[in-house]
Amino acid sequence: MARQVKLFQGNEACAYGALYAGCSFFAGYPITPSTEVAEVMAKELPKRGGAFMQMEDEIASMAAIIGASLAGAKSMTATSGPGFSLKQENIGFAAIAEVPCVVVNVMRGGPSTGVPTGPGQSDIMQCRWGTHGDHPIITITPAYVQEIFSETVRAFNLAEKYRNPVIIAFDEIVGHMRERIEIPEPGELEVIDRKKPDVPPEEYFPYDSSKGDIPPMANFFEGYRYHVTGLNHDRTGFPINACELVHIEEERLLRKIYANRDDIVKNDEYMLDDAEVAVFAYGACGRSAREAVDMARKEGIKIGLLRPLTMWPFPDREVEALAERVKAIIVPELSLGQIILEVERCSKGKCRIDGIFRVDGEPISPFQILDKVKEVL
Amino acid sequence: MAYDYSRYLRNDKFPHIWCPGCTYGIVLKAIIRAIDKAGLKQDDTAIVSGIGCASRLPGYVDFNTLHTTHGRAIAFATGIKMVKPDKNVLVITGDGDATAIGGNHFIHACRRNIDITVVVFNNYIYGMTGGQYSPTTPTGAVATTMPYGNVDPQFNILELAKGAGATFIARGTAYHAAGIDNLVVEAIKHKGLSVVEIINACPTTYGRRNKFKSPTDMLLWMKDHFLPVTAFEKLPPEKTAGKLPMGILYREEKPEYTEMYYSMVKRVQEGGK
Ligand SMILES: Cc1ncc(C[n+]2csc(CCOP(=O)(O)OP(=O)(O)O)c2C)c(N)n1
Ligand code: SF4
Repeated sequence: MARQVKLFQGNEACAYGALYAGCSFFAGYPITPSTEVAEVMAKELPKRGGAFMQMEDEIASMAAIIGASLAGAKSMTATSGPGFSLKQENIGFAAIAEVPCVVVNVMRGGPSTGVPTGPGQSDIMQCRWGTHGDHPIITITPAYVQEIFSETVRAFNLAEKYRNPVIIAFDEIVGHMRERIEIPEPGELEVIDRKKPDVPPEEYFPYDSSKGDIPPMANFFEGYRYHVTGLNHDRTGFPINACELVHIEEERLLRKIYANRDDIVKNDEYMLDDAEVAVFAYGACGRSAREAVDMARKEGIKIGLLRPLTMWPFPDREVEALAERVKAIIVPELSLGQIILEVERCSKGKCRIDGIFRVDGEPISPFQILDKVKEVL
Repeated sequence: MAYDYSRYLRNDKFPHIWCPGCTYGIVLKAIIRAIDKAGLKQDDTAIVSGIGCASRLPGYVDFNTLHTTHGRAIAFATGIKMVKPDKNVLVITGDGDATAIGGNHFIHACRRNIDITVVVFNNYIYGMTGGQYSPTTPTGAVATTMPYGNVDPQFNILELAKGAGATFIARGTAYHAAGIDNLVVEAIKHKGLSVVEIINACPTTYGRRNKFKSPTDMLLWMKDHFLPVTAFEKLPPEKTAGKLPMGILYREEKPEYTEMYYSMVKRVQEGGK
C-alpha cells in the first residue's frame, strides 16, 4: 500500500506524529502560534477513543498530562511563549517524579507577549533551564514538516524510554509552513512504550535503580500502589530530607539522560567533511543554512552544516570536533544570541564563532548566511 | 471493637509530620472510615494532593497516591480521571491550596462537574509556611503577614464551589468528627464534583496568635460555631449570626463530565457529527 501523501502544516504534522506514537490524552490552552496542534488533537482524539481537554490555563494543562501519564496514557500538551513559561513548575515535577510526557513549544518572539504571530528561537535556553533546580531534560528541534512528524514520534519514544519530559521546540515559521508529507505506515517507525515492572507489587519500588538508572514504571490502578511526590525521594517514592541520598538520586536523574546522550543526540550533518566554515543552525535557520551551503558550494566555497535535531542534551562533542577542523562556526539564530553561548562553550576557543541574530519577525535568509561566510573566510 | 485503620495506612510512614494538637489526624481517620464504608478498593482509588500540611495526607495512606505542586492537585486529578473514568479519584487540599493558588482549577473542576471528590481542610491559615493569611482567614484575625489584623474579606469555600457549579457540597468539623464519615461517603457516591469542607484547627500557627489558649479551645469554638443544617435553617437570622451550617448543604443530579465526554466519543466513533 502506498503511503498517504498530505499537505500539512508543521503543527498538524506534530499532532499526527503524536497520534502515530500512541498519544491518547492531550490537554492545552489556546495560544498562537501553537493552537493548530490542539485543534487537530481535539478533532482526532475522540475518533480514536482518546481524550482532549482544553484546560483553564497552561499550568493545569501541564498538570493534567502528568496525571494522565501516571494513569497510563501517552500524553502531550502544546503551547507558545507565555504559556511555556506557565508550564515550567510542572515540567520540573515531571522531571523529578520521572513521568513521561511531551511538551510542544512553538516558539514566537518574546519576552512577555512579545510578537505573538512572529517566529522566534529565544526560548531555547528556557527549554533547558526553564524550571528551577538541577533537572534532566530532552529537547527536540525539527525543521521540516516531515521531520516534525517523525521527531514527534521520537520525542514520545524518548519520554517513555527515559521516563522524562521531552520538549519539542520549533519556531512559528516551521509550525505554520505547509509542506508535502508522506504519512508513515503503522509499524514503519519504531514506537516505544514505557518499561513495566517485572516484579510483583510487594517487591516493587517505583524508583528502583538497582537494575539501571531508569526505573520500570507501573501505572496507577494496576495493583502497584505507590507514592509520587515532587519532594526529593528515595527508591520507595517517599520524601527524604537533605542528605547524601538526595545527592545520589539527583545525580542518577541527570545520569539517566547524560550517560545515554549517544542514544538521544541526533544531528543532520551536511557537507561537513571538507568544510572550512561550518554553520550551526536549527529550525527555520537550519533550513536557510542548508540553502546557503548549496549556494556556496556552487561558488566553490567549502561550507557545511551541523543541524541538531536534539538540542538538549547539547551535541557538545560534535561541536568540539567540528571546531577542531574548521576556521569558523557561524550561528544564525532568531534571538539576540542564546545557543551561540553553548557553541562557544563547547568549541573551547578552537575556532572563530560568529553569530547572526535577528528578532524583527523575518527569517534569516540564506544570503545573509552566505555573506557572513564570505566575511569570515 | 476498635476500628482497625492499619490496612489502609502505610504504617511504616509514622510518626506523621503534623503537630501535637493539629486536627488533621482526626480527619484522616474519618476519611479512612468513609472510604471503607463506601467500599472503594485500594487499587482502584487515587488520592491526589497539592502542597501544605493537609496535602501530606496521601503519603500516609495505602492507595495510588500523588503529592503534586501547590494548588494544582485538582488539575492533576482531572488528567487521571479523564484517562480512567471508572476509577475513584479523591483530592485532599488545604484552604490556601484550594482557593488561593489553586482557585482557578477549583472553580473550573466545579464547572465541569467531573466526578472527583475534593476534601478541603480549612484551618483558616497557611499552616505549612508558618501562619500567613489565606483567603479563608477571618477578617480581623492575626497572621504573620497581617500582623495588625486581617483586612482581607473571607472566602466561603462552599458558596464559591456552588456558584461555580459543584453538584454536591457538605461541611463538617474536626470536633464533630463522627459526622465526617457520612459526608465523605455521600460525596464519594455522588456522581459529579463534590466538595467537602472540613473545619480544622491549626493551634501552632493560627490558634496561638488568635487568643485560643489551647487546641481544645479551638475544638470548643467549632462546637459553638457550627450547627447541623436542619437546626440552622429553623433558627432566625439573629441566632445564626457568626455561625455556619454543617452537613450536606446541597446536592443536585447533573450530567457528569467524563460521561458527557465519552458519550461524545462514542457518537463520533459511530460516525455521528
Ligand atoms: C508555587 C508555590 N508557592 C508557594 C509555596 C509555599 N507554600 C507551601 S505550603 C503553602 C500554604 C499551604 O497552606 P494551605 O493550603 O492552607 O495548607 P495547610 O498547610 O494549612 O494545611 C505555601 C504558600 C509552594 N510550595 N509553592
Ligand atoms: S502547622 Fe498547623 S496545620 Fe500544619 S501540622 Fe502544625 S498544626 Fe497542623
